[in-house]
Amino acid sequence: MPTEQLVDLSRIQFGVTALYHFIFVPLTLGLAYILVIMELIYVMTGNPLYKTMTKFWGKLFGINFALGITTGLTMEFEFGTNWSYFSQYVGDIFGPPLALEGLMAFFLESTFVGLFFFGWNRLSKGGHLIATILTATGTNLSALWILIANGWMQRPVGSRFNPDTMRMELTSFWEIVLNPVAQAKFVHTVSAGYVTASCFVMGISAWYMLRKRHIAFAQRSFRIAAAFGLAACVSVIILGDESGYLDDIGQKTKLAAMEAMWETEPAPASFNLFAIPDQAHMKNDFSIRIPWVLGLIATRTYDTPIPGIREIVKTNEGRIRRGIMAVIALDKIRKNRADIQARTTFEQYREDLGFGILLERYAPDLKKATPEEIHQAALDTIPTVTPLFWGFRAMVGLGFAFMALFTAAFYCSSRNSCLSHPWILKWAVFSIPLPYLASEIGWFIAECGRQPWSIYGVLPTFASASFLSTSSVLLTFAGFVVFYTGLLAVEIFLMVKYVRIGPEDGSGGQIKRSHPAAQTLPEGDRHA
Amino acid sequence: MLDYATLKVLWWGIVVFLLSVFFITDGFDMGIAFLLPWIGRNDIQRRVLLNSIGPHWEGNQVWFITAGGTLFAAWPLVYATAFSSFYMALFLVLWTLFLRPVGFDYRSKLENTRWRTFWDGGLVASGTVPPVMFGVAFGNLLEGVPFRFDSTLHSYTTGTFWGQLNVFTLLCGLVSLLMMAFHGTNYLFLKTEGVLKERARKWSLILGPGLGGIFAISGLWAYRYVPGYRILSAPGHQTVPDPLNKEVVREMGAWFLNNHAHPILWSIPALVYAGILIGISGVLIARPMLAFLGSSLSGTAIILTAASSMFPFILPSSLDPRSSLTVWDAVSSHLTLLLMFWASLILVPIVIAYTGWAYRILRGPVTEEDVLKEKQTLY
Repeated sequence: MPTEQLVDLSRIQFGVTALYHFIFVPLTLGLAYILVIMELIYVMTGNPLYKTMTKFWGKLFGINFALGITTGLTMEFEFGTNWSYFSQYVGDIFGPPLALEGLMAFFLESTFVGLFFFGWNRLSKGGHLIATILTATGTNLSALWILIANGWMQRPVGSRFNPDTMRMELTSFWEIVLNPVAQAKFVHTVSAGYVTASCFVMGISAWYMLRKRHIAFAQRSFRIAAAFGLAACVSVIILGDESGYLDDIGQKTKLAAMEAMWETEPAPASFNLFAIPDQAHMKNDFSIRIPWVLGLIATRTYDTPIPGIREIVKTNEGRIRRGIMAVIALDKIRKNRADIQARTTFEQYREDLGFGILLERYAPDLKKATPEEIHQAALDTIPTVTPLFWGFRAMVGLGFAFMALFTAAFYCSSRNSCLSHPWILKWAVFSIPLPYLASEIGWFIAECGRQPWSIYGVLPTFASASFLSTSSVLLTFAGFVVFYTGLLAVEIFLMVKYVRIGPEDGSGGQIKRSHPAAQTLPEGDRHA
Repeated sequence: MLDYATLKVLWWGIVVFLLSVFFITDGFDMGIAFLLPWIGRNDIQRRVLLNSIGPHWEGNQVWFITAGGTLFAAWPLVYATAFSSFYMALFLVLWTLFLRPVGFDYRSKLENTRWRTFWDGGLVASGTVPPVMFGVAFGNLLEGVPFRFDSTLHSYTTGTFWGQLNVFTLLCGLVSLLMMAFHGTNYLFLKTEGVLKERARKWSLILGPGLGGIFAISGLWAYRYVPGYRILSAPGHQTVPDPLNKEVVREMGAWFLNNHAHPILWSIPALVYAGILIGISGVLIARPMLAFLGSSLSGTAIILTAASSMFPFILPSSLDPRSSLTVWDAVSSHLTLLLMFWASLILVPIVIAYTGWAYRILRGPVTEEDVLKEKQTLY
């Protein structure tokens, strides 16, 4: 087994690099489609203001895209470097979506993003629009494949452990692609990206309006983003609810931890609006509860109970006991492939193999495992409750706050009255960072809520790690901190600089209240 | 129709193919980044160089990412073992690759000499370290990597970053650097005009023969000093992959056994020199496309020389030769290989088609006037 310290370091490095990568991804996902909408209007109406919009937001898209690519590269390789046993154990299933992501998505976005920036004078209007559409399609397809891979980690369908190769092997690719967890996650995640981009465009446009700069440009950008964001926000909330429902089916530990639900309640369970969880004693010190709500949301029935943490721990003790049998039988098979009896025993307990491996952290020799060690391992199947409980509430709270913002913004921009409601504009400006926060919390819940597993119920995180020297992981982690901090500083600096310069629509810095946009633009619209 | 053994061999072919296309496309990006300060003597010249690859380098880099992804899917044990064994080397590559997107995209966004010089330095690093490390990695594959598996296929390595650097592996690094730099100059010969084209020509005429010389030295070195690996006994090729179920010896000259058994394989290193000659002739007679094809051929043949002499080995183990990974026992399940084979067969031609279309749209040389005209939007 790798040491605790090594596993923790590898986890921190992976977590930090993944969360950092996801600073850039949501904006790329959403802004790509906002560019499509803007350019589509340009192509249909011929109004050069929309070309200015496409180019200006495109420039910010490019600054962000560069770091998305940079940080994404890390993710492609960290599975092999830091999680080599994970890679060997599940590469048969986890590898294909990653390879397909490259073949179907990365090529598409990377090739056409080049044409987006360099093709303005080489392509026809329609041709350029197609390049923009394909860039957007590529970014979103990439999200699809990586979430199919992640969905499988959350709910490992379509696969089976093979004792001869000592790994999980693919049995049905379609089950993996059509995994309901993956599908719900995909829509939830890309919608969150659309919300992020909408808040970004709305916030910056609102800032221009507050400064009385680029009014026509800002108003139109604001309107597009408000409409797009409103639709996306509805989708985020609905699919977030779907994810919770699926957690009840697939990951009862995550649901119970997220809700700080220690006891199994008579159905339908009540929802803890506020609680101070105490994991050591498995109770909440204080809670405000709304009857029925959780049961209805998570099971969508009146009479299905949701297991509480105490009950799950008890169930998992049983699974660990059966897992011991599976691990012992597997050891025998690995020593002698012809051991028919061991194979029969293994078949009987194969579903619980992961739970046996989980126990190895507490009892290196499974044959001598004590009830106390088994109980410890069973407690370990419950992720840390407090951060999940509060993280979930923060994310949902933010989701509804965005809903309110988009509704207000959509209403006032459709009545063309944003300029007379500066509070909405200020609200939009201050909301720019919030979707990023919500997205990061979302990933925290998804990944930390799955602990102690890297593949839920199949492979524990600690068993997934590579045997590396602690000092080399420490060194690379320090390297990432230095590199990523520097890159982020440069990125924000450039973003702010280009936002301050603003679009070159000929109205920069001028105060204009009435603004028949097209006339104020220079002919030909060449940006030198 | 496609049995397991056939698929195993086909996958070896696909990985070699992906590496070759990665070289043919991203190789010139790296070569140009390496030569940036020598061919581009002032800011505007450097901008021309950057914009000659500007629209394409992102797509080109995807061949590298995809090679990583397909390695994960088709050879999970190789992906897991190689990446953890080359831990520090790989992160060095990653960190220098970080400098590319930001170097390209951010460099010209500020009119500040120090800012631009800083990113130029970053771009040179991104064109030097990765090619050298790729070569070093290949050198280590030839020498064998110190790892072993336990009965549950956890891999353990005793290798260190400094242990991966020695005369032979650094020679391989130099071969890799030179082949990309040579390729880069020939691409510039195609995509620039005037003084830059003239400089690219000069560099090409130096780098081409240099590559030929270093390649010959590395080959002789391998022949004299680098022991190879040979399978003594193994289960049939159709069996379920199990890397511990075979006998392997490490012995002098084993990497040349394939060539002895099939003398036709000697044509592959010969193609390296044919490629260099075509590349140089193309430059001399001012046929840029021919020059580009020549350097593409030379690099591809270099990759193929190493791969074919090692076949069926992918990642030999110097610590426990039995743990060595081969095309027969490092692979995914039959179903995954089959699935990914068809997926690649359908998708790769599509990718090549639209990539080719993008190159066609943006064909023709990039000039200083082009860059000055679009000062704000170009790299």
